[in-house]
Amino acid sequence: MEKVLFGYLAFAILASALLVVLSRHAVKAVLWGLVMFLHQAVLFLTLQAEFLAAIQILVYAGAVLVLFLFVIYLINLREELKWPKFLATYPLAFLVIFFFLVLAGAGISGFTPAPAKGILSTQALLSRGHARLLGEHLFREHILAFEAAGVLLLVAVLGAVVLVRRIREEER
Amino acid sequence: MPFSLFNLKALSPEIFLVVVASLMVLFDRAIRAKDFFFWTGLFGTVLAWWLARESLGLAFGGSYLADHYGFFFKTIFLLSLFLSLLISPAYARREGFHFGEYYGLLYFAVCGMMLMASGTDLLVIYLGLELMSLSVYVLVALDWRDSRGLEGGLKYFLLGSLASAFLVMGLAFIYGQTGSLNLLEIKRQLTVSASEMAVLSGIVFFMVALGFKVAMVPFHMWAPDAYEGAPTPVTAFMSVAAKAAGFAALGRIFLLAFAPAHIFWMKLLVPLAVLTMFVGNILAVVQTNIKRLLAYSSVAHAGYVLLGIAVGTREGLSAVLLYLFVYAFMNIGAFAVVTLLQRESGAGESIFDYQGLAKLYPVPAFLMLLFMFSLTGIPPTAGFIGKFYLFRSVVHAGHPWLAVLAVLASVIAAYPYLRIVMLMYMREPERQIRPVASPSLWLALGLSAVGVILIGVYPGSLLHTVMGSVF
Repeated sequence: MEKVLFGYLAFAILASALLVVLSRHAVKAVLWGLVMFLHQAVLFLTLQAEFLAAIQILVYAGAVLVLFLFVIYLINLREELKWPKFLATYPLAFLVIFFFLVLAGAGISGFTPAPAKGILSTQALLSRGHARLLGEHLFREHILAFEAAGVLLLVAVLGAVVLVRRIREEER
Repeated sequence: MPFSLFNLKALSPEIFLVVVASLMVLFDRAIRAKDFFFWTGLFGTVLAWWLARESLGLAFGGSYLADHYGFFFKTIFLLSLFLSLLISPAYARREGFHFGEYYGLLYFAVCGMMLMASGTDLLVIYLGLELMSLSVYVLVALDWRDSRGLEGGLKYFLLGSLASAFLVMGLAFIYGQTGSLNLLEIKRQLTVSASEMAVLSGIVFFMVALGFKVAMVPFHMWAPDAYEGAPTPVTAFMSVAAKAAGFAALGRIFLLAFAPAHIFWMKLLVPLAVLTMFVGNILAVVQTNIKRLLAYSSVAHAGYVLLGIAVGTREGLSAVLLYLFVYAFMNIGAFAVVTLLQRESGAGESIFDYQGLAKLYPVPAFLMLLFMFSLTGIPPTAGFIGKFYLFRSVVHAGHPWLAVLAVLASVIAAYPYLRIVMLMYMREPERQIRPVASPSLWLALGLSAVGVILIGVYPGSLLHTVMGSVF
C-alpha cells in the first residue's frame, strides 16, 4: 500500500512539475504548480512530517503561488514570451539538465544517509514533536543563516524596487 | 549553544555594512545631495575594514570564523569596493543611477561576500553567495535602458539561479552523507567516506556551482555578456570582488572540508583550470570591445588562480590570496581607464578608440600601459609577482608541466593586452575621445597604479602577510 501511494505521488509530482515547465499558458503553469505542491505535502505526510506538510500548504500553495498569480495578472501575461536571443541556446538547456540528472542519479545510487545524531534523533522527534525540534535547530544552530536569509529577502525586495523605480522615473 | 554578545563582535563588519546600507536606502528620498551617499560609502568602507581587523574570532557555535584567511579576503572585497566607489560618481551621474540604492546594493553584495569568506558552515556560505549574487544581478541590470544591460543581467540571473540549484543539490548530498553542515565536521566524516559515490557527486555539484561564480570554463558563458552589459564601475567591482568571493568559498570548502578527497577533485579541477586559461586567452584575442576583452581575460585569470587551488597545498592557497589581491589593483585600474574614455551608448568601448591615445593624452595612455603590462605579467609590475608565486607554488607541489602550460597560456594572453598598448603608442589617432575625468576617478587610477608598482617592486611585506593568512 505504501509503495503504491509513493509510486502515485512520485509520478504525479514529476508529471505536474513537467507540466509547469511545458505549459504555454502562464496561469495554467502556476496552477499545475499548485497540484505539485499539494502532492508534495501529501508525500511529507506519508513520511510523518506533519509540520513540513502544513508549511508546504500554507507557505508555498497559500502564499507563494498566490503571489505568482497576482504578478501574472498584473503584467497581463497571456502568452509566453519568445526572445530569439535566448532561444538560440535552447538545446544546451537539455544538455545541462541531463548533466544534472546524471550527477544526481550517480549520487543517489550510492547514498547512505548519516546516522541520526544530536537533537535530531528519532526518539527526540517522537517525544517532543517536529515543530519544536525544528524551531530549536533553526534558532540555535542555524541562527546566523536565519538572519542572513532575512537580509537576503530584504535585498530581493530592494532589487525589485530599484529596477521598477527606474521605470517610473523614465515615464515622468 | 548559549547566545552572547561576543558572537556579534566577530560579525561586526557585516552588521555595520547592513546597517549603513539600509540607512542609505532608507534616506535616499530625503537627501537631495546624492554625493552624500558616495562619501558615506567611502568612509563606511574604511570603517568596515577597521572593524574587520579588530574583530577576529569564532562565533555562532562554529558557523562563522573571522580568521586571518577571512580577513585577507575581506580586505580584497573592501579594497575593490573602495576603488569601484571612486570610479562610480561620474559614470553614475551620467547614466542616471547616482542614488542611495546603488551604493546600498554594493554594500549588501560585500556583506554577502564576507559571509562567504568567513562562513564555516555550508548553509552560511550558501546564503552569503545568494546575498552577493542577488545584489550583483540587480547592479548588472541597473542600466536597463541599454538592451545589453538588460540582456546581461537576465542571462546572469537565469544561469546563476541554475548554479544555485547545483549548489543546493551538492549541499543536500554532503549533508545527507555526513550529517553535518560544519566544514570541520564534514572533513572528519570524509576521512572515512571520501570515496562514496554520493560524496563525489556532491563535490562535483559544488565545483560546478562555485566554478560558475568564478567564471570557470565551461561555465563562463554568462561572463562576457554580463561584463559588457553592466555599468563599468559594477563590472570592475564584480570582476574582482565577486570572483575573489567565489575563490574564498572554493578555497575554504575544498581545502578544508573536501581535503580528504583531494586526489579525486584534483583530477577534475586541473583539466578545467587548464581549459579555462586557454579558452579565456584565445577568445580574448579576437575581441574588439574592451569590456568583452577584459571579461575573457578575467576568465583566463580565473584559470591561473584555479591552479593554485587545485594543487591543494598551503603555498598554493597563499599564492591564490596574493594573486587576487594584485588582481584587484590591476583589473580595477584597467576598468578605471575604460570608464575615463567611455561615452553614452557604448562609444569609446572599441579597442580602436584607443588608437593614438598616447599622443593625445599621455597620462591615461601610460596608466593603461602599466595595467596591461601587469595583466600580462611583465616585471617590475605586480602582475609578475602574482604569476611568479602562483606558478612557483604549482612547481613546488610537483606539477612542473602544469606551470609550463600556464606560462604558455600567459604568452597567448600577451597578444590582446599588448595589442592595446601597440594601438595606443604606435598608431595615429583616428577620432578624438576626450577623457571625462573627475578627481575621484583620478584618485582611483593613482591608487591602482601605486599598488601595481609598489607590490611589483617591494612585495616582501605582502608575501609575509599572505603566508600568515592561510589556514
